[in-house]
Amino acid sequence: MRKTLAIAANTFREAIRDRILYLLLAFAILMMGASRILSLLTVGAEEKIVKDIGLASLSLFGVATAIFVGVGLVFKEIERRTVYTLVSKPISRSQFILGKYVGLVMVLAVNLSIMTGVFYALLLWKGWMDAGITRAVVLIFVELLLVTAIAIFFSSFSTPILSSLFTVTVYVIGHLSWGLLLLGDRIQGAAGKALCRVLYHVLPNLDALNVKGLVVHGDPVPAARMLHASLYGVSYTVVVLGLAVLVFRKRDFL
Amino acid sequence: MNGPALVLQGLRKTYKGHLSLTSREVIRGLDLTVEPGEVFGLLGQNGAGKTTTLKLILSLIFPDAGVIRLFGEESSRVAVRSRIGFLPENPFFYDYLTGREFLDFYGQLFGFDRAARQARAAAILDRVGMASRADLPLRKYSKGMLQRIGMAQALLNDPDLVILDEPMSGLDPIGRREFRDIILELKGRGKTVFFSSHILSDAEAICDRIGILKDGRLARCGRLPELLPPDVRSWEVAFAGPAWETLAARGARAERISTRGSETLVKVAGPAELEGLLDALRSAGARLIAVTPRRDTLEDLYLREVGGR
Repeated sequence: MRKTLAIAANTFREAIRDRILYLLLAFAILMMGASRILSLLTVGAEEKIVKDIGLASLSLFGVATAIFVGVGLVFKEIERRTVYTLVSKPISRSQFILGKYVGLVMVLAVNLSIMTGVFYALLLWKGWMDAGITRAVVLIFVELLLVTAIAIFFSSFSTPILSSLFTVTVYVIGHLSWGLLLLGDRIQGAAGKALCRVLYHVLPNLDALNVKGLVVHGDPVPAARMLHASLYGVSYTVVVLGLAVLVFRKRDFL
Repeated sequence: MNGPALVLQGLRKTYKGHLSLTSREVIRGLDLTVEPGEVFGLLGQNGAGKTTTLKLILSLIFPDAGVIRLFGEESSRVAVRSRIGFLPENPFFYDYLTGREFLDFYGQLFGFDRAARQARAAAILDRVGMASRADLPLRKYSKGMLQRIGMAQALLNDPDLVILDEPMSGLDPIGRREFRDIILELKGRGKTVFFSSHILSDAEAICDRIGILKDGRLARCGRLPELLPPDVRSWEVAFAGPAWETLAARGARAERISTRGSETLVKVAGPAELEGLLDALRSAGARLIAVTPRRDTLEDLYLREVGGR
């Protein structure tokens, strides 16, 4: 555990000494500021637009960081051959990959906290703060946990470009997975129906983690929904990380 | 210590390409045993499989067949690696860390507590001559400095077996001398050192035993005195005076190596040829400068084995 945390801390340190992260963060904050300006152009729906764009920025910039840092984490260690000395120390491959994962999650947590802080300040200033916002942010974090795991899983056997392509694909399908059920109903052949069903169950249902619509419209987010969605996201993450460890255990570092 | 420091048995490794055509068998049945306290040098051409062998030992890659044991334990066991130190070729480390932070990070991977990490890092930085640069980020290090900090991380856990891939490359003459001293000091403390090199003079100076790797197998392996018999194999004769052609015309048989001014250096194959040459020199009134007996060097053996000349 201590060794995993040491690797995580080093991953975290690498990210915070990298300028790209600050650029992304600045961009997200800029976008939230822009939502305020955009909302001036509309009449009446000001609050909805600020909340909508704000939550979307939190989610999108979080996911972008998770994918683009996540797919490079392991690859960079191999490419720069830092992995040679790291893995020859008394650590297991699973400690290595979990350390990388935890490190990136720490980065995302800090990132999300800063963006959320700015967002809260904006909402408090306008008097639009409500409990739903925090619930939406918590589920965004759960989604980041899952997307990071998927990015690391793909990068455990593939190049960064392919991994980011795969991860973005899973992310998009994951948000539209209800469409698979719909497609299954419309399709004629039995095989096609079965395939749609299997895909629906195997691919993550990321929309289950999305309560932004409810929150923006001021509808309540029930505690049961929060619990169910969080459990779903975390269990899925554990399974994906387990697969990543399995793949990684037998990988040659050339 | 339990058993040999390192045992390789029937080791095989193929790098698989995308097609079976591009697959390449790099290690083809390698057997090797290194006893505790030995300094063993693994020699061979580029591409002979030296680095692959080291990576297999460290479980960075996995063999297709064969057994690797470190101190009697399977090399894939995580715990056994706390007795190993490894310096890869042209090491590259986390360039955003300073030398001290880097060693502290690796110290955590060995499970050392903070006080132990600080003490070990300070001692080892001093040992490799990097104490004054310890707080610079690694991205500002030169190649030789990276090699030194690489040695530092390899020795951080006071390992029983130190594995070094081309340790002398990238070092200036003073650095090479210091690394040689470090290796000899490790040997003096009963540690085992296993390294790959193509700098033969270094290997000859510090190794107890060497192995020459060729086409994924050991072509030769043994103690240097056994591999390099003390018999004189040839003589080098230096003289001044008549041109070599004059002597050759008088029946002297030798191979000319060089001519500088009136001085000539030749190589003579056997005692009879040497007598003949000395007679010819005397009768031609030449001035003899030196007769040097030549024994086999590691370079001669190496070139014979790998077929370089």
